[in-house]
Amino acid sequence: MNRFAELLDRLAYEPGRNNKLRLITGYFREVGDPDRGYALAALTGALSFKHAKPALIRDLIASRTDEVLFGLSYDYVGDLSETVALMWPKTALAAHNNPPPPTLTEVVATLRTLGKTELPKQLERWLDELDETGRWALLKLVTGALRIGISARLAKTAAAALGDKDPHEVELIWPGLSPPYLDLFAWLEGRGEKPVNRDPAPFRPVMLAHAIEDTDFATLDPADYIAEWKWDGIRVQAVAGRDDRGQITARLYSRTGEDITGSFPDLVPSLRLAGAIDGELLILREGRVQSFNVLQQRLNRKIVSPKLIKEFPIHLRAYDLLGDDENDLRELPFAERRERLETFIGKLDDPRIDLSPTVPFASWDALTAARADPASAGAGDDADAVEGVMLKRRDAPYLPGRPKGQWWKWKRDPHIIDAVLMYAQRGHGKRSSYYSDYTFGVWTEGDGGDELVPVGKAYFGFTDEELLQIDRFVRRNTTEKFGPVRHVVHEGDKGLVLEVAFEGLQRSPRHKSGVAMRFPRISRLRWDKPPREADRLETLEKMLKAEAEVEA
Amino acid sequence: MTRRCGGATYITGMRPQDILLPAAAGLCCKPGGFHIDPVRPVERAVITHGHSDHARAGHGAVLATQETLDMMRLRYGENFAGSTQAISYGEEIRLGDVTVKFHPAGHVLGSAQIAVTCKDTCIVASGDYKDAFDPTCTSFELVPCDVFITEATFGLPVFRHGDASDEVKKLLASVALFPERAHLVGAYSLGKAQRVIKLLRNAGYDAPIYLHGAMEKITEYYQSRGIDLGELRPVLGMKKAALAGTITLAPPSATSDVWTRRFPDPVTAFASGWMRVRARARQRGIELPLVVSDHADWDGLTATIAATGAGEIWVTHGQEDALVHWCKSQGLRAQPLDLVGYGDEEESETPLQDEAEA
Repeated sequence: MNRFAELLDRLAYEPGRNNKLRLITGYFREVGDPDRGYALAALTGALSFKHAKPALIRDLIASRTDEVLFGLSYDYVGDLSETVALMWPKTALAAHNNPPPPTLTEVVATLRTLGKTELPKQLERWLDELDETGRWALLKLVTGALRIGISARLAKTAAAALGDKDPHEVELIWPGLSPPYLDLFAWLEGRGEKPVNRDPAPFRPVMLAHAIEDTDFATLDPADYIAEWKWDGIRVQAVAGRDDRGQITARLYSRTGEDITGSFPDLVPSLRLAGAIDGELLILREGRVQSFNVLQQRLNRKIVSPKLIKEFPIHLRAYDLLGDDENDLRELPFAERRERLETFIGKLDDPRIDLSPTVPFASWDALTAARADPASAGAGDDADAVEGVMLKRRDAPYLPGRPKGQWWKWKRDPHIIDAVLMYAQRGHGKRSSYYSDYTFGVWTEGDGGDELVPVGKAYFGFTDEELLQIDRFVRRNTTEKFGPVRHVVHEGDKGLVLEVAFEGLQRSPRHKSGVAMRFPRISRLRWDKPPREADRLETLEKMLKAEAEVEA
Repeated sequence: MTRRCGGATYITGMRPQDILLPAAAGLCCKPGGFHIDPVRPVERAVITHGHSDHARAGHGAVLATQETLDMMRLRYGENFAGSTQAISYGEEIRLGDVTVKFHPAGHVLGSAQIAVTCKDTCIVASGDYKDAFDPTCTSFELVPCDVFITEATFGLPVFRHGDASDEVKKLLASVALFPERAHLVGAYSLGKAQRVIKLLRNAGYDAPIYLHGAMEKITEYYQSRGIDLGELRPVLGMKKAALAGTITLAPPSATSDVWTRRFPDPVTAFASGWMRVRARARQRGIELPLVVSDHADWDGLTATIAATGAGEIWVTHGQEDALVHWCKSQGLRAQPLDLVGYGDEEESETPLQDEAEA
């Protein structure tokens, strides 16, 4: 447990992805079975036991320490698990006997079977046996709040690195595996066969597209490509398969392989033909695709109520078929898969699942015109939910990851405004010596004339060279410092104008300006432009109105 | 303006506060005619150790250990005081109606606790102290007394510092794991930096260790006092690539500034007792927190207080509330001394001048 705690501790401070990977892989290499398997389960969220409530932890510490000292300490530290871990006084008996700390395996196995009434005594024993970091990790584990910024995908990638395997291979067999993953580690270390995924509805690693640049077109032949609309929804994989008894199992996965079936029970009955569909999850009302803002209101809900299901009817728009019954289609060229898909969707004949239409074009100019006006190029009433076009090579097999030259995304031009840099904050990790997080604002009528009101924050979009330039500007034009935040000069004729690109706009009572941007990034530095010529809040409000009309 | 303590000559029935009393300039000893660690210029100053919040320039006469005087000279120049007098550990001096005796405080090189005795009452002003092992200074000595004046920098039971050698092992493990990155260790330039270097040497690390310019003078001074720190090199002028796999010590304020851009993908570490608390480490963008403290932790504070046998405890800077509460729960008289101007040296260290330097 202490070694696992050490790993969590180190991961909690490490900002870099590659370094996180190395720390986790290093742990897998160093620690044996079954501990490392339970660690992998903890990192991927695959452990299941009843979590302890914070009140229980409070009772435990109250029985051991002075109330006033605990209160002062908690105020100072600000985190219950950490306060308790740091100030936990061992009993004289524990200090004397010095019992060995529990292994992660012991902790997990015990928590699985332990009755509720036995939990406090058991926790107390472990807290006595572990060191500070061990106690911290234990409390995080039992309260179910690891929160150390590790995705399941990252943990699997680290495991794959142990055997120099492609993380997609691990992803492929993952649904058939269970903690402590002895068969997985045996395979990764070359001691055993590759585990077989017996899951009737497994996830298949997704194929991703590159953003196309204007200069790319010259090298591409329109005849080699099929175009489709790029929908502003969420990418999903809908899989149905027959288990040993011939029953259909259906699952919905996110593009990272997370099982999100539970959030969309209304789609499950429609997945009754064995196969694997790659498509976009959308909200359809009276046959019309709703904006992403509407879809978002259905996402990340803990409880999916009948009311939610009724108000936000879910729909799957299919654009690829990876498996048809028992047959894996991924090696086939896209044009052939597309034909199989059309047949499959026809056979399924379900109102919740339809085909994403192709966009016919003979030349890049024709496609440019279609992209500029999807409504008259076939998207019709759904044109507002189109965020661009996708280009897929006719002969491309379905390859995991982002293979070069196979799939391209060509987004519609984003919304753009000119805003004024107001505050800057240092970044993290590699960027910790740079001011790289920017708050920007636009003009609005205030009590004493025009004033800037913050409308968003962006920390990417600029080149390394531009980062240096902004950093220098921030340092030379700071008017005030508040902890890590610098106020940067922003007056009518003094300041820096940033061209900000963003995907959408939402009303937000949390922001002073009343609007929130989706996916804002710095697209250009407008050294040439005086701040007084930057955009006004009214411009954003007009955009907001336009978006609202789309929703209505 | 120079302040003067004194005037009091013979008082019967001495109470401790007749001997030492907090004043605007610091802790004032009227019957002895001096201040301890004054924060403003005074006529006579008795100084516990060389950190800048305790040892300031501009006093008339200064009494301190040779090391403390030398450090003040390094920092403030030759004319930092009207006159100076060096005193050794265990040496006793009469000042006015009191006697003053210096005892090791174990905080940094030359740090002392000052025992002030008047008639049969003994007060120990401990300055900053620690009871943990430190290979770069004389170990803390327990001085039985009637009144013990203690700091409370880490006066909360969440501060338990553990073995500093284990923290150095953590640093070495990280260097082994990331050989292509530079390790940048933030450490206060007086005391902490030299202790970390010495602990690295004791752990068997014998490669050259690099220093930020602000640390060179004081580290050379430690070496001149016979503390072997192995091969040290200035980081200035080094090629970026050559710093891969190396360890550099720098003042804490430098580890998050433009200065760090000369290092290949640096791992930022910070050696401080504050690193026990995650939020503190994260706030500063630290990737590798090293819990190495030159102050006593909670267990050290409470054990020391109990062991002095003092019936009355005065608590200076830090988390006074918690420590006063603890003393009272142990049946000791205790009160916070509201002295202004002392603090955590890491936080009070002046920021670097190199913001413009790219």
